[in-house]
Amino acid sequence: MSERSQSYETGQHPDLPAPVTSTGVIGWLRLNLFATVPNAILTILAALFLLWFIPPILDWAIFSADWAGQTREDCSREGACWVFIKVWFRQLMYGRYPVEEIWRINLAYVIALAAGILLFVPGLRGKPWIGLFLLVGFPIIAFFLFVGGSFGLPEVETPLWGGLFLTLVISAVGIVASLPMGILLALGRRSNMPIVRALCVTFIEFWRGVPLITVLFMASVMFPLFLPEGMNFDKLIRALLGVMFFSSAYMAEVVRGGLQALPKGQYEAAQALGLNYWKMMGLVILPQALKLVIPGIVNTFIGLFKDTTLVLIIGLFDFLGMVQLAGTNPDWLGFAIEGYVFTAFGFWIFCFSMSRYSQHLEKKLHTGH
Amino acid sequence: MSMNPEGQESPASRSQMTVSEEVAIQMNNVHKWYGQFHVLKDINLTVNKGERIVICGPSGSGKSTLIRCINRLEEHQKGQIIVDNIELTGDLKHIELVRREVGMLFQHFNLFPHLTVMENCTLAPIWVRKMPKAEAEEAAMTYLERVKIPEQAEKYPGQLSGGQQQRVAIARSLCMNPKVMLFDEPTSALDPEMIAEVLDVMVNLAESGMTMLCVTHEMGFARKVANRVIFMDGGEIIEQNEPEEFFHNPQSERTKLFLSQILHH
Repeated sequence: MSERSQSYETGQHPDLPAPVTSTGVIGWLRLNLFATVPNAILTILAALFLLWFIPPILDWAIFSADWAGQTREDCSREGACWVFIKVWFRQLMYGRYPVEEIWRINLAYVIALAAGILLFVPGLRGKPWIGLFLLVGFPIIAFFLFVGGSFGLPEVETPLWGGLFLTLVISAVGIVASLPMGILLALGRRSNMPIVRALCVTFIEFWRGVPLITVLFMASVMFPLFLPEGMNFDKLIRALLGVMFFSSAYMAEVVRGGLQALPKGQYEAAQALGLNYWKMMGLVILPQALKLVIPGIVNTFIGLFKDTTLVLIIGLFDFLGMVQLAGTNPDWLGFAIEGYVFTAFGFWIFCFSMSRYSQHLEKKLHTGH
Repeated sequence: MSMNPEGQESPASRSQMTVSEEVAIQMNNVHKWYGQFHVLKDINLTVNKGERIVICGPSGSGKSTLIRCINRLEEHQKGQIIVDNIELTGDLKHIELVRREVGMLFQHFNLFPHLTVMENCTLAPIWVRKMPKAEAEEAAMTYLERVKIPEQAEKYPGQLSGGQQQRVAIARSLCMNPKVMLFDEPTSALDPEMIAEVLDVMVNLAESGMTMLCVTHEMGFARKVANRVIFMDGGEIIEQNEPEEFFHNPQSERTKLFLSQILHH
């Protein structure tokens, strides 16, 4: 090859195709799996491990599993007993929400999903309005749908809420509230005004310094002790406030990281153009800072989503709590594994979607710098 | 050591280029400290409208700090700075009023990387001057044509070369229709072959009668367009004169030393 390439005149050398061994399937295999002897050995070992590990799992979860039936007697116990999940499915999804009112939850899901899908339609105009609807309009609609008591809908008290529905309510409120609160706290912490700064630092360090379990426990048990006689908040609202404060403190530190990563020149250029503080922050600094910390923000969201399972300790039965409750039902003792596998799968789907969405956002917002 | 106190006729009026008698920037006995470090010492400077001033001096002499005080990116602790008849104090309203009349160019361009060239140019007119979007875009296009890159309007800054970015930065400043332009070493971060394209635009700007204060080591530029060259060292204005006199007949020893260092290699 080298002799032939020398036969071109200087300045006349054309682009030649790359050698076959460095491209295509063979090239990929050689480069990634069999590049060196230790690499090849590791590849073979990993393949053997997967062969040993995967088939039994598939057998348990699918081939030997029991799918049909209504009671535990329908399960042969050779594989997973998905009958358990089937029987408890409604409770796992909606808790003790009245069956005839479940359509209200589903309607809210459909609205959110439709708006979410519209956000993905490329080139659609008015996306900011859809986003605004999801953040402001939708929570109001959802509140009236879920709680009821007006517009002819019967009231459903929050102790009846549960399952995946409750998990989604808590995490959605936490996620939607924590970002704006976190941004304000982060700006406050970097403010030139000493009192604002001190307040924000105290808030952040307090909420970040205590475990979420403690926060929830205080919200549910201690907080009512300080309230005047006869006055009481809904337990769910107290838990929501706790989760909101907790996650906004984390969010504030993530956002602060982004603010600090921006070069000082960006602030100076914005100021030199005559933008005031809020315009500088809203138009120049935050769009860049938030984009920088998308992985951190989504990380916090995912952490928060999974942390909502802790509400179990104050007697709220979320997705995981419902599985535990079902597993301790005398008729269904011994099926906890199926329950946990199912919840794990459910959580994974949501967390993985968030992760993919964040990667999509990062790609979309990349402007080549 | 500083010269040109108030009332005295500015040396710039001797220049053949048109300079108004109206005062654009007035600095009286300005001092500034960074902590204990005295960066600006008793600065007195009057800049008339239409004047083009080049400020040079060794690094750390306070020349960048001086021009950054004019739009209050740096705060002075003593003395008086009046820009376009507005005194710079702690009053945020005054500061914002001055900033919208004073454009600034930075060594590292400081374009907003998340916005296209066009959006960079229209951001401040739309949000600060409340200009309708269509009008702002039209104006931005004429300025982009003036800096000779209208075809890049929809690109992002990260896709442009350094010289193109600095020219976009000039267009972005001009879109605010400023009365004064400050240049803080606009060509020092550029590859040699890109310096000329930026200097060309600056010369063009000077010829249009813009009031300019330029911190730079481009002595060719100073000779070509400046009414006055100011030499700073140790936080003081050591010497100021029109370019021919300044380069051929420097008065102080420090100026002579500095000129020998930058011109003879």
